[in-house]
Amino acid sequence: MAARLKLLSQAAAVMVVALLIALLGWQIAKTEEGRGLSAAVAAGKAPPAPGFALESLEGEEEISLADFRGRPVVLNFWASWCGPCKDEAPMLQSAWERYGDRGLVVLGIDAQDLKFDGRRFAERYALTYPLAYDGNGSTLGRYGLTGFPETWFVSRSGRLVGEHITGPLDEETLERNIQVLLGAA
Amino acid sequence: MRRLLVATLLLALAGPTSATASEERPTLADLEDEVVCPVCTPETLEQSNSAVADRMRAFIRQRIAAGDTKSEIKEKLVAQFGEQVLAAPSKSGFNVLAWALPLTGGLLAGVAVGLLALRWSRAREPTAPDEASSNGGPPLDPELEQRVDEELARFDA
Repeated sequence: MAARLKLLSQAAAVMVVALLIALLGWQIAKTEEGRGLSAAVAAGKAPPAPGFALESLEGEEEISLADFRGRPVVLNFWASWCGPCKDEAPMLQSAWERYGDRGLVVLGIDAQDLKFDGRRFAERYALTYPLAYDGNGSTLGRYGLTGFPETWFVSRSGRLVGEHITGPLDEETLERNIQVLLGAA
Repeated sequence: MRRLLVATLLLALAGPTSATASEERPTLADLEDEVVCPVCTPETLEQSNSAVADRMRAFIRQRIAAGDTKSEIKEKLVAQFGEQVLAAPSKSGFNVLAWALPLTGGLLAGVAVGLLALRWSRAREPTAPDEASSNGGPPLDPELEQRVDEELARFDA
């Protein structure tokens, strides 16, 4: 009886440790999910863009990446407290105005930010392109973000193409990637 | 002794009062160590000099000025940044596990250590004299003892 009890307690201890290891593995896999995307894009593999559904910065509607399927998307992650985001916001607004008639969408994701600050930022830079709010940063790990700003280019078929821009955009880089995006399926 | 009792009573009364004051009229310092900076986790606001931490401090000051309680300010921050903005998990819902599991684990470990100590101390206790053989060793098997007696009797004869 005592031997059986000992065996049962040992089995229970092994199961608890296995469960903890599995939880740790799951957490690491979840965090690292987006890390491979950048390398895949650089290798020209065009991996599928991770989907998301977020509330709009105005909080009136839901914005999901799937809503823009069939249109090329410049996906820009920003925050109002990020200095370089202020420099690139007018550039993105200009691209949205210039290429809107060709179906291009600029989609901004304001992440890890106070909503009120994000709205004020959008007003200050007169941003009219769609803006989603991701206060808790739920999309950041999935896109392998390491800071702000970062930009991805999503093709009409929902795949990541062009370059993954970590850091502020410049006119030339943005233009080059928009051309890739407009030419991609 | 009487002075000690009065001091203890005063301390007991002062504890909840200061906690209530901190809840109803919080200061930035009350909240800074209970909220983490979302981009530099696990640093608390108190430890962080990041831009977002500065904005969060400004938000907290604004809410304090507006008369919000500590809980209300925390709720507003959670609504914006999610539960992970809190330095310690809340004591409700699934988060209770974060508090309960270490406590239960510690308790179970304590019980297990106690039981093992009891078992070891019993195992080391000396054998009772009536069960022991004359030379202090373990008692002989009755059958063997009988055989030894018979052999000795035959030898004596």
